[in-house]
Amino acid sequence: MSENYVPSSKFGKWFNDRLPLLTLSKHLTDYPTPKNLNYWWTFGGILTFCLISQIITGIVLGMHYVAHADMAFNSIEHIMRDVNYGWLIRYIHSNGASMFFLAVYIHIFRSLFYGSYRSPREIIWILGMLIYLLMMATAFMGYVLPWGQMSFWGATVITNLFSAIPLVGESIVTWLWGGYSVDNPTLTRFFSLHYLFPFLILGLVVLHIWALHVPGNNNPIGIDIKKPSKDTVPFHPYITIKDLFALLIFMIIFSGFIFFAPNILGHSDNYIEANPLVTPKHIVPEWYLLPFYAILRAVPDKLGGVVLMLGSIFILMALPWLDSSKVRSTVFRPLYKKFFWLLVIDVLALGYVGAMPAEGLYLLIARVGTIYYFAHFLIVLPVLSRIEKTEPVPLSISEPVLGGMLKPEMARSDRKDV
Amino acid sequence: MDKPEKKGNRRDFIFTASYTVGAIGIGATIWPLIDQMNPDSSVKALASTEVDISQIEPGKSVTVLWRGKPVFIKRRTQEEIAEAQSVSLDDLPHPEKDQDRVKNPEWLVMLGICTHLGCVPLSDKGEYNGWFCPCHGSHYDTSGRIRKGPAPTNMEIPKYAFVDDNTIKIG
Amino acid sequence: MCNLKARFIILSLIFFSITFNQVKSEEKTKLLKVDWSFKGITGKFDRSSLQRGYQVYTEVCASCHSMNLVSYRNLGEPGGPEFSVDQVKAIAANFEVEDGPNADGDMFTRPGRPSDKFVSPYPNVQAATAANGGAYPPDMSVLVKARKGGSDYIYSVLMGYEDPPAGFELEDGVYYNKYMDGKKIKMSNPLSEGIVTYSDGTDATEAQMAKDVTTFLTWTAEPHLETRHKMGVKVLIFLTIFSLLVYLSMKRIWSRIDSEK
Repeated sequence: MSENYVPSSKFGKWFNDRLPLLTLSKHLTDYPTPKNLNYWWTFGGILTFCLISQIITGIVLGMHYVAHADMAFNSIEHIMRDVNYGWLIRYIHSNGASMFFLAVYIHIFRSLFYGSYRSPREIIWILGMLIYLLMMATAFMGYVLPWGQMSFWGATVITNLFSAIPLVGESIVTWLWGGYSVDNPTLTRFFSLHYLFPFLILGLVVLHIWALHVPGNNNPIGIDIKKPSKDTVPFHPYITIKDLFALLIFMIIFSGFIFFAPNILGHSDNYIEANPLVTPKHIVPEWYLLPFYAILRAVPDKLGGVVLMLGSIFILMALPWLDSSKVRSTVFRPLYKKFFWLLVIDVLALGYVGAMPAEGLYLLIARVGTIYYFAHFLIVLPVLSRIEKTEPVPLSISEPVLGGMLKPEMARSDRKDV
Repeated sequence: MDKPEKKGNRRDFIFTASYTVGAIGIGATIWPLIDQMNPDSSVKALASTEVDISQIEPGKSVTVLWRGKPVFIKRRTQEEIAEAQSVSLDDLPHPEKDQDRVKNPEWLVMLGICTHLGCVPLSDKGEYNGWFCPCHGSHYDTSGRIRKGPAPTNMEIPKYAFVDDNTIKIG
Repeated sequence: MCNLKARFIILSLIFFSITFNQVKSEEKTKLLKVDWSFKGITGKFDRSSLQRGYQVYTEVCASCHSMNLVSYRNLGEPGGPEFSVDQVKAIAANFEVEDGPNADGDMFTRPGRPSDKFVSPYPNVQAATAANGGAYPPDMSVLVKARKGGSDYIYSVLMGYEDPPAGFELEDGVYYNKYMDGKKIKMSNPLSEGIVTYSDGTDATEAQMAKDVTTFLTWTAEPHLETRHKMGVKVLIFLTIFSLLVYLSMKRIWSRIDSEK
């Protein structure tokens, strides 16, 4: 095991005794990983790539960007026109945000499907949710920086959500703005925090991975496995090469956006400089926030909308305790599987109506969608996990012997006889 | 494992090719990140500055900003020209004839930056009646040539041209 | 797992159709579609169309619409109209640029240089708004990207002037245009046959001028479009080859595990 690792070279041993980086690196390469991980598991690596790519391109953009209400819009255009490869770096950064969210949603739904949030991985899940929250904050503030019409009005609408808080709401909004409207002080503080948050995310990612390496990866069958064993492979080269392959496919899609449709995920109004006197016809957040926007608008009450919107995220944190099924993986939960896909469709539908005007049929869909979203986690999941008759679960990955109707204790124990 | 040699070769080829192509990709990705710090096209476009020199008296100089750097334009007196031209090249740490440093002996146009570490020298100071850099004590003569002190070379002459009798275009 | 993959494909299709619907849903009147030379993954600008478009912009649009983000030097840069260095200098010198303050503290005007930004017709937004009956003629630098429908939209608006249908009320200084929101526009039809005389002898029909100026505006909004397309093709080829190699490496590496069975 890597814990007892002794470097072969004399210098390596000297160094490792003082700072055990080599032990860490040995741990990471040897890290026993279930050998049946499918491509849904490659999104962790893809997300790491997204974060690093956003940080690097962001630092570069920060070298040319001017955080001032009078100059921000033009400085972005300066980057797009004059800076060497500026257009490339900026399009990587702006489309990178979308790709980051695309990957994180797949990553989250993978966890939901395979029960990766279940014991003993609750802390990994909660850390992941915190990362997701920070990502949303970072993306929102980043979208304000170009100081276009959508930046300005998006910032106005989102910060005004806080005014729903009773008594202190107005004061909080004024405090957030640093004035009586979204203006230069708001822009400069958003720039500062937009620069800071990715490093907080990076820190949480380290904890997320650390917490993952304690119990090890979940896997598509959702059973506990002995590590290392016939059921596992060392992380390097088996998982690294697979992650790399998936990353390259992801990068092909990413490049398609950057080079051939760089503005399709954005909004054309953001190429008009911010104007506090004119509100665009439809204020729409970036696509990745649309489901939450739909929930917000589905509720006819200001405070209620804000509470439900935030609740829709925080409810996810309680997930490990809402699900008490005997098996982790939805593969063996035929009834729940149907509801899982219903949830996926529900979230996509919420996203769709979030982009539409909040009226007529769209509003109705948003309301039904919101109700199902909460019903799924508060009613369907807890009830089904108690009453559903699950399918037989194999005892190990390499020998797909069915264990019949497993007792949970059996599924969770490391079987030594395999 | 029956034919280890053949199998090994092919595997080596694919792995080597993957590593090579990957390295090319990383290199090609890094270049834009480096090049973005080079002067951008708007900076490069600001190449030239025109200066009106009709108001400069003999013996006086003006300092103008060109590409963010000071340029000294000095209208030299006859004595200063004579002094600059009479120096023997053997006495110079960086031998250059005065004639090669000016287009018109009356006008000396040079970058006002000490070649030691980039400070701006003071005019009409120093042991050679030219310029003196206060940072580390370099002395320049009336042609802007280094005579004493740590600076390695003479002060640089930028690209310039006389547009007409009263106008110099730098750059 | 096949089932999952199929579902993934369906879901991504839904995702993309949503994204595209979002773009399309709000276009009320179907825009005119033009077969632009700059569309598609190898799309390039039509050089002579760009040059003609510049002529239309300066002679027609520039009397009201500014273009603050573009410099005269851009006209000579690769991927644009590619005027020669001397042409660019001559174009720039045609304009009076305010500079200063000089040694006496006064502002003065001088002939433009290639490094100057396009000279605006009005000193500020308020002046432009006041001079145009309360409707600010938007800056044209990124106009194509700032409108839903992009190039097709700009072209359609230029071609969309018609007599209003019976009973359609128009205030003073407002014109009927079937591609505008509410079918109303405060700009009178800027193009009429022969309003410019093309130096290359092209017939200056309305459609021709609308096409040329839209091409020009697309370039000003996205001056590196050609570089982007060229680089994109190279990147895609590279990634395809690299992923193929990595795929083969992956199969080799994983065959060690599979052969253990």
